[in-house]
This record gives sequence, C-alpha cells and structure tokens, in this order.
Amino acid sequence: MSTPKPRTQFALQSRILHWLMAAMVLAMLFIGVTMVASLGDYHLLVAIHRPLGIMILILAAIRFINRMCTKLPPFPATMSRQERFLASSAERLLYALMFALPLVGWGMLSAGHYPIVMFGPVHLPPILPANPMLYAVLRQSHTILAILLFATFLAHLGAVLFHTLIVRDRFLDRMALWPTRSRKPRVKLD
Amino acid sequence: MNSPKSNQTPLTDLPKASLIVRFAAIGVVLAGIAGLFAYAGGWLTPHALTPASMIDTFEKVGGLHPGFRRNHAKGVCISGYFDSNGRGVPLSKAAIFPSRRIPVIGRFALAGGQPFAADAPHTVRSMAILFKLPDGEEWRTGMNNIPVFAVRTAQGFHDQLLASAPDPATGKPDPAKMKVFLASYPETAKAMQLIGNHPVSSGFDNSTYNSLDAFRFINAAGAVTPVRWSMIPVQPFEPISATDPGKAEKNYLFDALIAAIHSRPLQWHLVVTVGQPVDPTNDATIPWPPDRQQIDVGTLTIDHVESEDTSPARDINFDPLVLPDGIAASDDPLLSARSAAYSQSFTRREGEHKEPSAVSTAETEK
Repeated sequence: MSTPKPRTQFALQSRILHWLMAAMVLAMLFIGVTMVASLGDYHLLVAIHRPLGIMILILAAIRFINRMCTKLPPFPATMSRQERFLASSAERLLYALMFALPLVGWGMLSAGHYPIVMFGPVHLPPILPANPMLYAVLRQSHTILAILLFATFLAHLGAVLFHTLIVRDRFLDRMALWPTRSRKPRVKLD
Repeated sequence: MNSPKSNQTPLTDLPKASLIVRFAAIGVVLAGIAGLFAYAGGWLTPHALTPASMIDTFEKVGGLHPGFRRNHAKGVCISGYFDSNGRGVPLSKAAIFPSRRIPVIGRFALAGGQPFAADAPHTVRSMAILFKLPDGEEWRTGMNNIPVFAVRTAQGFHDQLLASAPDPATGKPDPAKMKVFLASYPETAKAMQLIGNHPVSSGFDNSTYNSLDAFRFINAAGAVTPVRWSMIPVQPFEPISATDPGKAEKNYLFDALIAAIHSRPLQWHLVVTVGQPVDPTNDATIPWPPDRQQIDVGTLTIDHVESEDTSPARDINFDPLVLPDGIAASDDPLLSARSAAYSQSFTRREGEHKEPSAVSTAETEK
C-alpha cells in the first residue's frame, strides 16, 4: 500500500513526554504508598515526593498543550469502537489525574497549614486557606485518586500488553522511542 | 473484541498453547506490579510497625479521644516572638539567625494520649514552637523538659508504650512487663536513670525544654555542625512542691502558666549545643558531654496564651522536620519516625469532630 503515509507513531516530543512521565508517575505512586507506611524512610521519601509531584504538574501542563497541538496516529484497525472509546476515556482520566493529584497534594498541604517546601529555601505559596476539615477531605482524596491512577495505569498496561502479545498488531510501536520498521499488518484490511 | 469491520477477523491466529502462555505472562506482569504496590504500601505485612500502627497503639493505651492529638494531647496555645542576636549565623544560614525579630506561635503540653488527664508534676512537659521566618519558610520544633529521650528507636518507643500501659485489673502499669521491656532495651534503663535524677521544676514557665534529637546546622559556606538545642528559662528554677496539687486542681500546671503569662511575658534563651565528631547524633538516649560549647542565639518571648479551642496552633502539626534551609535532620532514626507518626495523628484528628479542650477559653482568660 503506498497511499499518502499517515502518521504511524506519536510525535517524537509526545513519545518522550509519555515515557518520561510514565517513569515519574510510577515512581511517584510507589514513593507515595511506601512513605505513608514507613517510619524510617518517611522523611526522605516525602522530601522527594513534594518536588517530584510539582514537576509532574508542570510536565502535565506541557503535555496537555502538546496533546492539543499535535496530530495523533490513528487507532489501529484491530480496535473496536468500544475499545477506542475505552482507550480515549482512559487517556482523559489519566490526564485529569496527572493534574488532580499534584493539585490536591498542594492544596492539602496548604489546608494543613504546612509550608510547601521544594528544595533548599525554595517553597510554594499556599493555594487554599488553612482548614482542618478541608485538609482531611483532601488528604483522603489524595489517596483515593492515587489508587484510581494506579488502577488506570494497570488497565492501560494490560491493554497495551494484550495488543502487543495477543493481537500482535504492533500497538506498542505507536509510542516506541526507537524507530520502528513498517511492517504489513497481520490482519488483512478489506 | 471484534474488528469494526462487519466481516469479523479472528482475534489472533496464535495456537492455543501459545495463547495461554501469553495471557499468563500478561497476568504475571500485572499481578506482579500490583503485588509490589501492595507490598510497598505495607498491606502484605500487617504486623510491621508503621505510622498507623504506632498511632493505633497510642489509641489503645490512652483511649480514643477524637479531635485531639494522639500524644501530648492536653495542651494550651501560646504566641509571641523570637529576637535573634546574630550569634547563630556562623553555624547556620537559616533565616532565623541574623539579628531580627520573628513571630512565633506554639503550644505547651503534657505527654500522654489523654487530653483530660490531671496535671502531675512528673508528667513530661513539652514546648512546641513554630518560627515564622520572613521569607515564608518555617521552623517547627517540639521540645521536652527531660535531659535525654527514653528510647533510641521507634520500635523502642512503641514497646515502651505497651510496657507502661496501665493494667486494666489494677489501673497501674505491670512492673513485670516493664522489667522485660527494660531488659531488651538497656539504653532505656540508662536513660530512665538520667531522667529520674534530673531535677523537675515547679511549672511550665521555669522548665528547660530540650530538642533531645540531634540536628545538623549548615552555614553559608556549607560547613555542617551537629547540634542539639534547648530553651533555657529566664524565670528562676523552683523545685516542685512536696504535695501533688493535681489531685485537687486538675489543671494546676496550666493555670499557673496562664497566670504567669498574664502577669508578665515569659522568656527563654535558645541555646545551641555544638556537638563534636565523637558525640552520637543517632541516639537521643545519650547525653553529650557537659563541656560542649553552648551558644545563646536569641531570646524567645511568650506574651500571649490562648485555649486550643480558638488558637490556630491546634491545627498545626509540630513536625520536627519542618525545617528552614540551613537546618537539617541528623541520622537520628527518631526524627523520621516522629515526622511520620505526627502526620498520621494530624490526619486522623483533623477529620474528627472537635471537643472543647480541657484548658478552655474561660481558663485562659481568667
């Protein structure tokens, strides 16, 4: 087939942002869940958790703008309409959570009357007034949203593995950082 | 999962055996990551000591008192200012040390998880202070009127709580349990002797409050100094009275503090003890030698007292690791554990309905 070549991969900056943030978000989830159960490593992990969360918030904003400005590769033909809907919904949810978790964390520290320390003397201003019940609600929300993010990540990973290992439609190539050779799809179209 | 085309293509042409292996591999990857997550979160090790189980133990020993701190539960809030004299600058670049006046808010409290316990002369007294630095940084410190801390580790603290819990049958701690505990924590046996021999003053106002844990001061050149600090009262020392008035007047220590602040501002010198390389920074049960250099870096003045019912200090977590640039944690394992446990206590009480404090506004305005 030599029709005008549609994009087969996400734009390079999109792929870099995807993998960079995947590593950061996954690290963040593990740091978060470890620190709240740890006495000995709590301080060290919290000291990483706060600035890493703000870095994710900044990258999420950059990524969102990039997402609005770049053309996406089409879904492969192996995806049904329902599956495409699910994939798009999961993407929206992941974006929403990448914004919500750092903002809830920042707001929670503000409501809890904490200074929002980044590194050295650098700290952020509070974004909410100090209020006990507001703190408690946001603290609880932070955990619930984090578990939701982890579950969404697992579903996303499961779907990609399903396509890559079972359907074998070279689904992962769309996001690969390495160059991919174009190969005839296994499933014949038309 | 069907192709969007009407003429359906099979999902895969893989042989059945290969398909099973591949599905199993996906299952293993997903379950493995989820399992690691659960392990990291402590869900697979329910008996490990965590911030939550530490606070559970406080609630078990002291009873559940919603809305109150799980330790140092009975307290009163204070505010005032700190005048730096500049002598801390060679040790630390923290914005608190150049000569200036810094507003503070804080809290005096009695150790233990019971917010309505009667004041008693030998209950550990604490002073918690939040220094509001000019650039928005904060320094929070919680200090006690004992010369050393009784335990070296979080596990020791937890086990001590259980060993000294009152026996439901007698209402008193079981001496046999304490004996077993002290046998496995010899550092605590030594520290308890030092604490027992330390003269206790008559009230909150003339107590010396010690950081107990070691910290690190970092100066502008990057030089690191191990330190401990103390708030040493300007009010002269007076020994405790022979009788325990707490039996008749449950809040006598707090009432005396309130009366003292109403009559005149109370003052303490913030004195930094400079550690030497041989001094342990990871063991709060061991005192540093008495000949260590001590530097008076400024004067704390407390001129206002307020009930927890109205003071914002009720909803401040005096986490000892809220530190400005220029002050850092040492390798003392208690510091991270305190930070973690305070956070757990804070999170629980902030979401609970607030009961009036034992030291009420009627009392603080008397």
